[in-house]
Parts: sequence; C-alpha cells; structure tokens
Amino acid sequence: MKEDPGYYDYWPYENRPKIKWPNGAKVAFWVAPNIEFYELNPPDNPFRKPWPQPSPALPGYTSRDWGNRVGHIRQMELLEKYGIRGSISLSTALCDHHPEIIELCKERNWEFFSHGIYNTRYTYGMSASQERDMIKDSIETIYKHTGQKCAGYLAPALSHSENTLDLFAEVGTELFGDEAGFYSCDLFHDDQPTPINLRSGKRFASIPYSLEMNDTIAYLVQKITPRRYGQELKDNFDRLYAEGAESGTIMCIPTHNYQVTNAHRIKAYEEALEYITGHPDVWVTTGKEIASYYLDTYYDASLEDINQKTKKYGAR
Amino acid sequence: MALDKTYLEYPERSYGMDHNRYDWDMLSNRKPIIWPNDKKIALWVNVGVQFFPLNQKGIPFKVPGGMTKPYPDLRHYSLRDYGNRVGIYRFFKALDKYNVTSTFAMNTRLAERLPYLTGTLKDRGNEILCHGYDMDKLHYGGQNLDEEKELVKRSLDGLRNLTGQDIKGWVSPAKNESENTPDILAENGIDYFCDWVNDEMPYNFKTKNGNLTAMPLTTELDDHFIILNNLHSAEDWAHQVQDAFQFLLQETKTQGGRILSLNIHPWVLGQPHRIKYLEQILEYLGSHEAVWSASSNTILNAWKNN
Repeated sequence: MKEDPGYYDYWPYENRPKIKWPNGAKVAFWVAPNIEFYELNPPDNPFRKPWPQPSPALPGYTSRDWGNRVGHIRQMELLEKYGIRGSISLSTALCDHHPEIIELCKERNWEFFSHGIYNTRYTYGMSASQERDMIKDSIETIYKHTGQKCAGYLAPALSHSENTLDLFAEVGTELFGDEAGFYSCDLFHDDQPTPINLRSGKRFASIPYSLEMNDTIAYLVQKITPRRYGQELKDNFDRLYAEGAESGTIMCIPTHNYQVTNAHRIKAYEEALEYITGHPDVWVTTGKEIASYYLDTYYDASLEDINQKTKKYGAR
Repeated sequence: MALDKTYLEYPERSYGMDHNRYDWDMLSNRKPIIWPNDKKIALWVNVGVQFFPLNQKGIPFKVPGGMTKPYPDLRHYSLRDYGNRVGIYRFFKALDKYNVTSTFAMNTRLAERLPYLTGTLKDRGNEILCHGYDMDKLHYGGQNLDEEKELVKRSLDGLRNLTGQDIKGWVSPAKNESENTPDILAENGIDYFCDWVNDEMPYNFKTKNGNLTAMPLTTELDDHFIILNNLHSAEDWAHQVQDAFQFLLQETKTQGGRILSLNIHPWVLGQPHRIKYLEQILEYLGSHEAVWSASSNTILNAWKNN
C-alpha cells in the first residue's frame, strides 16, 4: 500500500495556464446519469457486502429497479428539454438486461462510458488480470451495443485497485488505440481537468465529476432535502461560473435515475438545470468532449506548467 | 490475490430481470390508466399501526424504528406506544375532517394486545392490511420455510379473526422478505402486497401459487423515512409531498392516471408539533379536484378493470 496514489502532482489553483472553452464559455457543464444494474443475488466479495440484509434485500434492490422502470424516462425527457446530452456511467450488463434504455440513449446521441459490469461486482480483491478482463468486457460490451469507443471510466461502485486507471487506459489502447480509454471520473482533487500520470505514459486526463453534487451522496449520505439540493447545485454553479471568467472550470452533476427523478425531487433538479443552462457562457457538453478538447488544447501546457512548478518549488 | 473465478461469471446476464418474479416493463410503455370519474391521482394514505416489542431479538437485523439501546429501551418502546395511544386519534380526526380515506396496515400482535383500538378500526370500516405479526418478526433471506409459513398463517388467521375482515393486502415489517414470502402469501389468500417499491403503479408478480399484484407503497415519502431517517422537518415532509403531487399531476397529462401513496405512522406525524403538517396535506389533497381518495383494494380493482 502507498501513501499517495501517485496519479497527479500538486498544482495550486492559481496562476495556471488560462483555459478557454469553445465560444468563450466559462464553465464546461455536463450531466452524468449513472444507469446501473444491481443484482438481486450478487456473489460475495470479501471486502464489501453488496446489501445490508440477506438476499433478497428488497429495500435497496427495488429502489434501483425503480430507477430503470420509472426514473430513466423522466430524466431523459428532462435533459432533452434543456438541450443536455447525458454522459452515461453505465453498468454495461444493462445492455443485455434493458436494451430499450440503451436504444433510447443512442437515438439521442448520448455518450456511454464504463462503470463496470454490475454495480454489485466490486474491484476489491480482484487480481490485475481479473480487473483487466472485467474492464475489457465492459468496453467491448459498449462497442458491441452502441458502436462507441469507450473514452471514460468510473469504477463500479467506486471500488478501485492500485491498477485501475492504468488498466483502463491500457485496455482502451489495446482495443482502439488513442480513441478509447483517455479519461477518468474516479478522482475528486480539482475543479479543472488535470493530466494523470500513468505507467504507460498515455495522454490521459481526470475530468471532474464531483461527489459533492452527486445526488446519491446528497440524498443518501448527506440526507438533504430536495429543495436544498437544488439550491446547492445553483450555488456550485454560481461560483464556478464566476471563477471561469479567469480560467475555464468544469461543473458536473452526477445523477442516478433512482434518486433525482423521484416525484418529490425532480422539480428542484429541473429548476437548477433551467438556471444553469439559462446562462450565456456555458458549454453544455459531455465528458468525452471535454476530455478530448482538453487533451488536444491544454494538456501539454498543463504538463509544462506542472513540471516547472515542481522544479521550482520541489516535489511534494 | 484474486477472487474466485465465479466472481467474473454472470449467469443472469440476459434480457429482462435477473430473476423470474416479474417482467421487465418500463412504466412509460404501458397503457394509460383511467381512474373513476376521470380523476388524475389516486391518493392512497396508509397508516402503519405497529407493535415494537421491548424484548426485540433483531433477527437477522434490528428493524428500522425499533429498539436501539440496551434492554429495557424504554424511550423507544414508549415513544412508539405513544402513536397507538395518542397519535392515532389525531390521525382519525384529521382524516375524517378532510374526508380522506385511509387504509391501516396492522401488526397482528397489536390487534391482540389492544382490543379497544382494534374495535375502533373495525367500527370505522376502513380496509385493514396485515403488516406481519409484529415489527420484530422479520421475513428474511435464508429463513426456515416452515417457520415462515407458520408465521404468515398465524399473522393472517389472527388478524382476520380479530378484525372480521377477509384481509387481502400485506406489508412485511421493514418491507423485507425471504425468497419464499410471495409464494407463502399467495397460498394464504393474499391478493396484493406492498414490499416491492420498484414501480409507481401496480404490476403482476409471479409466485408458485398464482399471481399477486405488487402495489406501490413508496418508501420515499414515508414519514419515518423522511423525518427520522433523513432528519428533515415535518414541514419539509409536506413540501416533498406537494412537489411529488404536482409532478405526478403533470405526468398524468401524457401518461394516464397515477397513484400518490403516503405511508404514515402515528408515532411520527401524530406528534403535537407535526400533526398540523399532515392536516395541511390532507386538506390540500382532500379538496383537490384531480384527487380520488380510496383504499388500496379499491384502487387495485379500478386498475384491474382498466
């Protein structure tokens, strides 16, 4: 075990090379609906219990299933209303279980990225070769069902190993060269994209995905009210929009169909989306488009700045 | 380090659900439902009438809302009891004042212990659902089949006998089940149950003994969940109910009738500082022109007749 994951260097949030998003936007705004499949009878994992009760654990399972049966359409129609294409964090087994949902998202040109096979299969305890097989299966499944070359990764249930980011980048390269496996949503260290150090040296970025704005964190961990959540989304946006005048920022709302689309919560979410997309200098986009733009335009300047500062002030 | 190779095998990875209890079916693809008199929202208020025993065993887990302190946990025991002594009479008055129909999901042990309250409920004539034997008699995965069969039979026979109603609806304590619970319920004359909160409308649920209907008694607007689990105020609960109602009403414009289910507990909303928020909601919904207030069995029959 390591003291630090080693993925990124210390890089203070001041005097960085200025980021300008397309059309002079101050904030790159993206919404990442997690479309997940949780199993009724998942196998045991030695490091994490999938459900608090013995299977069938109805409270958790039925709530997630509700998200697919009821919630998905609600969120999809809402995002469409505000001109937002979802960037889907996908439990890729859902392509087999619920292909109708995949088709609806494909028709709308949404992005699909890998969130593992099932959200009840954790990375904990896997050998590197098992994790590699799991990641490869997920990328191949996305390609088979959607024709998309998977660009991004969010580990299933945010369960990681020391190899996760390296394996994802390497499997992406093996399957599709530089067209796949080039950004991660797993790190929460910044409000701007940052280069990630990988053993392969691949050009790879961390794209801020935000645990703080994540509906499941807000509703299941912080247990805040829907109206409070809507206000926090607006407050988060206001600050990033103001700072984005100095150098472009990223705001992400990670959502779950079983949380944010509940009848008592969707209004607060809609008000926030209306507010955010109603501002002129917002780039409403997807995770992959942000990552590609960053890698093409600012990645080299970022690396150079980080290296200079590290040289000047010393490594951490 | 490695996991067993079966951890990367996915035997249920195919079309539909990962079990055979019901079909995969998105709500938006279904035929729109029309409620009687073309009302838009069927309002189903269900009151949990519960007994939390002081000598809780907590097998296989402590029921949410149950005892949490070392024995004898008088604070939680008596505060739950408050609901059946005081809070529920506030509920009766409020429901009657605003002309809202309610069902009562009752633990059989409570009916045995409190003949006065059981008699009151009998006289009111509202539909009663069985809520299991008591809040500590959980149904759970791995439970002995004969033991669970005896538990269901004892719960249903007892409640049918004490209330004089031919009980057709069921809510398990904590909405928790074993893998056999639906089969046992169907075998014992239950028509519908409310443990699977994965839909907003009724749907067919397969058992070894014929179909049940799963009725959508949402946990998301449950007063215990919002006020004691999420620690929101009663006023916040009322806001959430209003927002839910407005959204569902909007959804009926394109998708047919909907159900707004409110699962409430006299030991939570029956408190003096909270009851007025329940009254405000009952007044608002009870007088709304789009609302049809009915019992679960009546709603179920209207759904079947569509």
